[in-house]
Amino acid sequence: MTTLQIIFLIIAAITLVSACLVVMTRKIMHAALWLVLSLMGVAMVYATLQSGFYAVVQILVYIGAISTLIIFAVMMTRNVMEDVGPQSNRGWGLAMVGSLILFAGFSTVLLTWDKVQTNLLEIPAINGENIQMLGLALVDPMGFLIPFEVASVLLLAALVAAIFLTSDIKRSRS
Amino acid sequence: MIPLSWYLIFSAALFCIGLYGVLSRKNSVAILMGVELMLNSCTINLLAFWHYYVQVRQALQMSPLVFAAIIFTVAAAETAVGLALIISAYRKRQSIVAGDLDELKG
Amino acid sequence: MNTQLLLWLIPLPPLLAFGVIVLGANRRNGLSTALALGGVGLSFLASMVVFFRVIGIEDLSEHPIGSAVNWLPTADTWLKVGVQIDPLSAVTLFFVAWTILMIFLYSVGYHNFGQPKGDHDVPGLPPHGATVKDGHGSHKVMSIEPMYARFFALISLFAFAMYLLVVSDNLLTLFVGWEIMGLCSYLLIGFWYAKDSARKAAVKAFLTTRVGDMFMMIGLAALYSITGSLSYQDIFGNEAVMHALATTTSPVFGLSWAGFIGLLIFLGVVGKSAQFPLHVWLPDAMEGPTPVSAMIHAATMVSAGVYLAIRSFPLISAGWEQGAPLTVPMVVLTAVGAFTALFAATIALAQNDIKRVLAYSTISQLGYMIAALGMGAYVAATFHLVTHAFFKALLFLGSGSVIHGMEHGVLHTGAHIDPQDMYNMGGLRKKMPRTFWTFLIGGFALSGFPMVTAGFWSKDEILSGAFNGGHIFVFVVLALSAFLTAFYTMRQITLTFLGKPRTKAAEHAHETPWTMTVPLMVLAVFAVSAGWAGIPEAFPGLGGLLPNWFEEFVGSMLHNVHGEVHHSLVPLFTSLVVALGGLLLGWLVYRSVDRADAADPMAEPLGLAFVAFKKKYGIDELYQLIFIRPAEWFAETFTYKWVDKRLLDGILHSIARLGILLGGWLRRSFDLPVINGGGNGIARGTRELGSAMRGIQSGRIQQYMIAAIAVLALIGLAFYYLVFMA
Repeated sequence: MTTLQIIFLIIAAITLVSACLVVMTRKIMHAALWLVLSLMGVAMVYATLQSGFYAVVQILVYIGAISTLIIFAVMMTRNVMEDVGPQSNRGWGLAMVGSLILFAGFSTVLLTWDKVQTNLLEIPAINGENIQMLGLALVDPMGFLIPFEVASVLLLAALVAAIFLTSDIKRSRS
Repeated sequence: MIPLSWYLIFSAALFCIGLYGVLSRKNSVAILMGVELMLNSCTINLLAFWHYYVQVRQALQMSPLVFAAIIFTVAAAETAVGLALIISAYRKRQSIVAGDLDELKG
Repeated sequence: MNTQLLLWLIPLPPLLAFGVIVLGANRRNGLSTALALGGVGLSFLASMVVFFRVIGIEDLSEHPIGSAVNWLPTADTWLKVGVQIDPLSAVTLFFVAWTILMIFLYSVGYHNFGQPKGDHDVPGLPPHGATVKDGHGSHKVMSIEPMYARFFALISLFAFAMYLLVVSDNLLTLFVGWEIMGLCSYLLIGFWYAKDSARKAAVKAFLTTRVGDMFMMIGLAALYSITGSLSYQDIFGNEAVMHALATTTSPVFGLSWAGFIGLLIFLGVVGKSAQFPLHVWLPDAMEGPTPVSAMIHAATMVSAGVYLAIRSFPLISAGWEQGAPLTVPMVVLTAVGAFTALFAATIALAQNDIKRVLAYSTISQLGYMIAALGMGAYVAATFHLVTHAFFKALLFLGSGSVIHGMEHGVLHTGAHIDPQDMYNMGGLRKKMPRTFWTFLIGGFALSGFPMVTAGFWSKDEILSGAFNGGHIFVFVVLALSAFLTAFYTMRQITLTFLGKPRTKAAEHAHETPWTMTVPLMVLAVFAVSAGWAGIPEAFPGLGGLLPNWFEEFVGSMLHNVHGEVHHSLVPLFTSLVVALGGLLLGWLVYRSVDRADAADPMAEPLGLAFVAFKKKYGIDELYQLIFIRPAEWFAETFTYKWVDKRLLDGILHSIARLGILLGGWLRRSFDLPVINGGGNGIARGTRELGSAMRGIQSGRIQQYMIAAIAVLALIGLAFYYLVFMA
C-alpha cells in the first residue's frame, strides 16, 4: 500500500461519510455544509488524478458558487420545514435497498473486470502543458470552440431563466 | 499507483449515495444536493478514464477534459434554474416538499 | 274419315267447349251457348254417322270396330285407353246423342236466355224474376240465370264424360268417364250452391255413389289382376276367360271369381243407378235444375249403370245356360231389381212434388231393367234402357216446362206457393197444350200404353222374359209395379193438367218458348216410335211385319245363350190389363181433387201404408241414424275434440311449454350469470384494474424514479446474467 493509496483512501472515506451525512441529516443547513465538505473531498480526488486544474475549478464553481446558491435557497425556504419530523419520505427503505443493490452490482462488475484493475501511474511530463492544450483546444475552431460557445449561451439562458422565474414582475393583462 | 477500479468503485458509491438522497428526501433542495453528488461522481469517472486512456495510449486526448468543463457549466446552470424553480414553486404553494407537487397524478 | 277416328273424336267437342267456356267465355252467355250447342252438335253428328255406318255390319259383335293406345305403364304391360263400337254401344250412343242434344237445347230456354237480369238475383240462388216497365205499368218476368255460362260448361263436361263412357273399349276408360260423371253430378246438383238443401243433396249423391264405386273399383282390380287386362274383348268377349273365371273359386263365401267380381261390379251399378239400398240420393238430386235431372238422373248417368251391368252380363252370367238355374249374381240382380221396382213405385204413389214422382219412377224403371238382366233377358233389358231414356227425358223436360209455366204464374200473381207441388196445379191442359200432349205421350209410354208407345213394347218384353223364364214370383212383382206405375203416372197427369186450376198461379201459367217445346216434341216422336224397332216375332198380329231389328242387332252380343224361348200370351194380357187398368183407376181417383189443400184421396184407404210411402219408409232417417250420426260424432268429438285438440294440441303445447321452461332455465342459469356476467365482469375487472393501477401514478417524481431504478436494476441483472454469464 503506497502512500498515495492511503491518502486516496482517507480522502475517499471523508467524502463518502460526508456524502452520507448530506443525505441523512435532519437539519437541511447541516446537509448543505456537509455537501461542501464532500465536494471538497471530490476536488482532492481530482488532484490525485493529475487534474489539478479541475480541482481548482471544482472549488471555485461548485463550492464557491453552487453551494452558496444552495445555502441561499435553504435559507430562503427554511422556515417552512422546521427541521422537525422525518426528513425522508415513505419509500426510503426501498430507495436504500435499491441503491445498495445498484452499488453491489457495480462493485461486482468492477472487481471482476480485469482491464480496470490496472494501476494508474503518473502521466509523463507534459503535465503543465495539459492546461495549455486544454485552452488551445477550447478556442480552436477545429477543436471544441463550438461547445465552448454553446456552453456560454447555456449559461446565459440559465441566468435569464433564473431571473425570470423568480421575479415578481406582474404580467400585463393581454 | 491507485488502481482504476478504486476510483470507479468510489464514484459508484458516491453515485449510489446521491441516488439515495434523490429518492428519499422530502425537501426539494436536499434532492438537488443529491443530484450534485451524482454529477460529481460522473465527473470523477470521466477523469479517471481520461487518465487511464492517456496512460495506456500514450497520446494526449483533450475531449474528456472539455467534457468535464462542460459538465461543470451545465451543473451550475442546472442548479441555478432548479433552485429558481423551487423558489417559484415555494412562492406558489408555500411548500417545498417534493411529495406535495403531485398535480400530474393519474 | 274412318269410323275409328270418328269414335275418338266423338267425346272431344264438348270437352273443348267446357275448356273454352271455363277459361274465357264465361261472361258472355251467347258465346257460351253457341260453344256448348256447337260441341254437342258436332258429337251428335259424329255419333249419327257412326251409328248409321255400323248398323249394316253383320258380325259387329264378334269384330267390333275400335282401337286402343297405351296410356299408363305398369311394370311390363300398359293400361290402355281405347274406343270401340259394337251393337250395345251403338244403340247406347244413339239414345245418348239424341237425349243430350235435346236437353242442351232445352236448357237454353230453361235458363231464360235472352231475358233481362233479375232484380235481386245472386249467383248461387235460382233466379227470382225481373221487373220490366212497359207501356202500362211494370210487371215481373222471368230473369236469366246468373250462372248461365257455368251451367253450360258443366253440362258440356258431363256430355264429354258420358260419350267417353259409351265409346270406351275397356273398363278403365269407362271408369274414368263414370267418375267424371259423378263429379259433374255433384257440381250440377249443387248448382245453386247458396241453397243449403242443394249442397246437402250434392254431398249425399256423391258419397252414396262413392260407396258403390269403391266396391266396383275392388272388382275391377280383382278382374285386372286375374285376367291381366280390362278391355271388353279380352274379358267379356273371350269365352275361355269367362269359363276360367266361372270355375275357379274365390276366397269369399265360396263364390266363383266370376260371381264375386260380378257382385262387386253390380254394387257399383247399385250406387250409380240408385237401386235399393243406395237409392237415397236420387230423389234429393232433384234439387238441381230440371235439365240436370233429365239428363243425369233419367237419361244418361243412371243409364250408365245399367249399361255397365249389361256390358258385364257375360261375367255375371258366366256358366249359365238358358233354362239352367241362375248364377248367384243373377239372383242378386233379380232380387234387388224387382224389389226396388216395387219399392220405389209405392213411394212414388204418395209424393206431391212433380219431380219427385219422376225420380222414384226412374228408380223403379231401373229396377225393371236390372231385374230383366238378372233373369237373363239381355235384349229386353237393353231395349227398355233405350226406350226409357227417351220417355223419361221427355217426362222430366215436360215437368220442367210445367214448373216454368207455374213460376211465370207465381211471378205474375206474386203468390208464395211451391211451383213444383202438383196440388197447386191443375187445368194446365188449356194453358200449356204442347207441354200437355208431349207429357201425355211420355206418361203413356211409361205406363206401357199398348201399341203406340215404346214403353209398351219394352216392358212387355221384360214381362215375357220373366214369365217365360219361369220366374213367376218376379213376374208377379213386376206386374204389380207396372200397375202402380200406370196409376201414379195417371195421378200425376190428372193432378197437373186435367181439371180446373187450383191456384191463381196455375191460372196465369202460359206455354214455354220454342227452345223448350221443340225438344219435347222430338223426344215424343221417339217415345212413340222407338218401340217399333223391336216388335217380337211371336206377337199376335203385328209380329213379323217389321223385322225385329233390335233383337237381331243387339242379340248378336250374346254368344252362348241362344236357346229358343217359348212364348205365351199371359204376359201380354197381363201387361195390357195392368197398364190400362192402372191408367183408368188413376184418372178416376184423382179427377175429383179440386182444391190445393185437399187431402190425397188415397190417404184414407191406404192408411198407415200411405204414411209409410209418403215418408219414404224412413230409410233416410235410418241411414242418418246408423251411418251419418256416428260419422259426425267420430269427426266432431273423437277426432276433433279428443285427438286433435286435446292430444295433439296438448303435445304441441307441452313441447312449447317445455321449450319456454328450458329457455328460461338456460337464461337464468347460463345466459345471465355466465355471458352477461362475463361481459360485465370483464368491464368491471378492467375498471378495477385501472383504478388499482392508478395508484402507480402518484404524481410524485421520487416514486417514479424509484420504480425506474428498480426496473433498470432488474433489466441490468437479467442482461448481465444472460449475456455475460451464459
